[in-house]
Amino acid sequence: MSQNQVFEKVVAILKPYVKDADALASVSLESNILDDLKVNSARLVDVVLAFEDVFGIEVADDDADKVATVGDAVRLIQGKLA
Amino acid sequence: MTRRRVVVTGMGVVAPNGVGLDAFDAALRAGRSGIRGIPRLAELGFACTVAGVPQGIDALAEAYFDADLLLAMNSNHRFGSIAAIDAWTDAGFARPDPADDRVNWEAGAVLGTGIGGLDTVGTKLVPMTDAGKVRRLGSTTVEQVMSSGISARVSGLLALGNQVTTNSSACSTGTEAILDGAARIRAGLAERMLCGGSEGDSHYIWAGFDGMRVLSRRFNDAPEKASRPLSESAGGFVPAAGAAVLHLESLESAEKRGARIHAEILGGALNCGGHRGGGSMTAPNPEGVRRCIGAALADAGLSPRDVHAINGHLTATGADPNEVEAWAAALECRPDELPPITSTKSMIGHALGAAGAIEAVASILMLRGGYVHPSINCEDVHPRIAPFAASIPHEIRAVPGLTTIAKASFGFGDVNACVVFRRWTSA
Repeated sequence: MSQNQVFEKVVAILKPYVKDADALASVSLESNILDDLKVNSARLVDVVLAFEDVFGIEVADDDADKVATVGDAVRLIQGKLA
Repeated sequence: MTRRRVVVTGMGVVAPNGVGLDAFDAALRAGRSGIRGIPRLAELGFACTVAGVPQGIDALAEAYFDADLLLAMNSNHRFGSIAAIDAWTDAGFARPDPADDRVNWEAGAVLGTGIGGLDTVGTKLVPMTDAGKVRRLGSTTVEQVMSSGISARVSGLLALGNQVTTNSSACSTGTEAILDGAARIRAGLAERMLCGGSEGDSHYIWAGFDGMRVLSRRFNDAPEKASRPLSESAGGFVPAAGAAVLHLESLESAEKRGARIHAEILGGALNCGGHRGGGSMTAPNPEGVRRCIGAALADAGLSPRDVHAINGHLTATGADPNEVEAWAAALECRPDELPPITSTKSMIGHALGAAGAIEAVASILMLRGGYVHPSINCEDVHPRIAPFAASIPHEIRAVPGLTTIAKASFGFGDVNACVVFRRWTSA
């Protein structure tokens, strides 16, 4: 799966949790999930569970803790898929 | 020191026979039942296969809540939050913008539930935990199963900054919430309180009652006939779900902002029969019931003859005759003198922790409209209630001069709650 394909799926997963619609419209790999997209930090757990379901991977809690930006998530998932 | 007066300036209702004040009022006037057959209950071997469930909630929830919220709300949260938002806007307030950091420090909530988020427990928490999938529970389980989940949810939706809590006293929960919130305003500790109750739509909530054989089971083929308070053929209550919330406000606050006033809370009382004198976990001590009604009248400054109508607890169990006799004793009247008495449950079933709040809204709609709604399905009045038969309306009854109505709820644990509302004319 290309980086762009993973990126688009990650953004789709994030969409229901994003509180700033404008930020979502200009989302990039550099977007910070909490600070820019205003996702409630408690919901990151649910986002990671959705990554596992959508991509058929397992994400260890310690790896999940390192995800800050959309790019971090994309690279983590691509690493698991490789 | 004169006591601060408390008025109702907003109401929201999510009832099985009507969602929203206009729909609910129309259903009450028409004697329209909201009880329907529930196929899942039949599949699971319930003796009672009917229930009262609010309709059209999915579409409403999508209009009221964003995607993130919808993922974290069980049926209890949906019903209660819709009713709370409706009460808030009915009181003349705009729903706050989540990005607006201002808090309504003078406004709080007492929003109760009898059982709580058992749908979340049954469909998610228990099966996933037992399957060793705890890490798959995610972040939204606790807020849906914690007892205070509903008041916590609403406080965030409406930026409430005063006391925010959930009460629980079984079937008297909704009425108790109103009295607890009113007491806080009376005491000068809050100006506005959202008070009421909600109960989810879940067979897990209803199963225990079915197991006790206290649910209606002889009218499964005729759901609208299944809830039969006051009748000889009553054979148990019909379980129900829903919510109602009253926006209570100090009279000073309401007048200052020129708010439309639905009714005044004249007074009320709460007590427990102590599981003595015939009372138990599941049955009320008759003396406790009489004392509660009497104390409510005293608190309201009314004499027994000043009560113009009664919205009873009246669930359609064997306790109905006892309740009617208790009302007559507390109001010190002969059977033929009893004011009109009606059961909202005859149309919606028993919404448990939401019942008192939904029935309080029904009571205030009746006060506003000068009517007592029909108590349906009691053409065969119970023999012990027969002396009071003239007081039971089978069709809508216009009551000219209807000024006061008493609403009582009695719950498992032998707990009692009674509130007295007065029609609003002027200060």
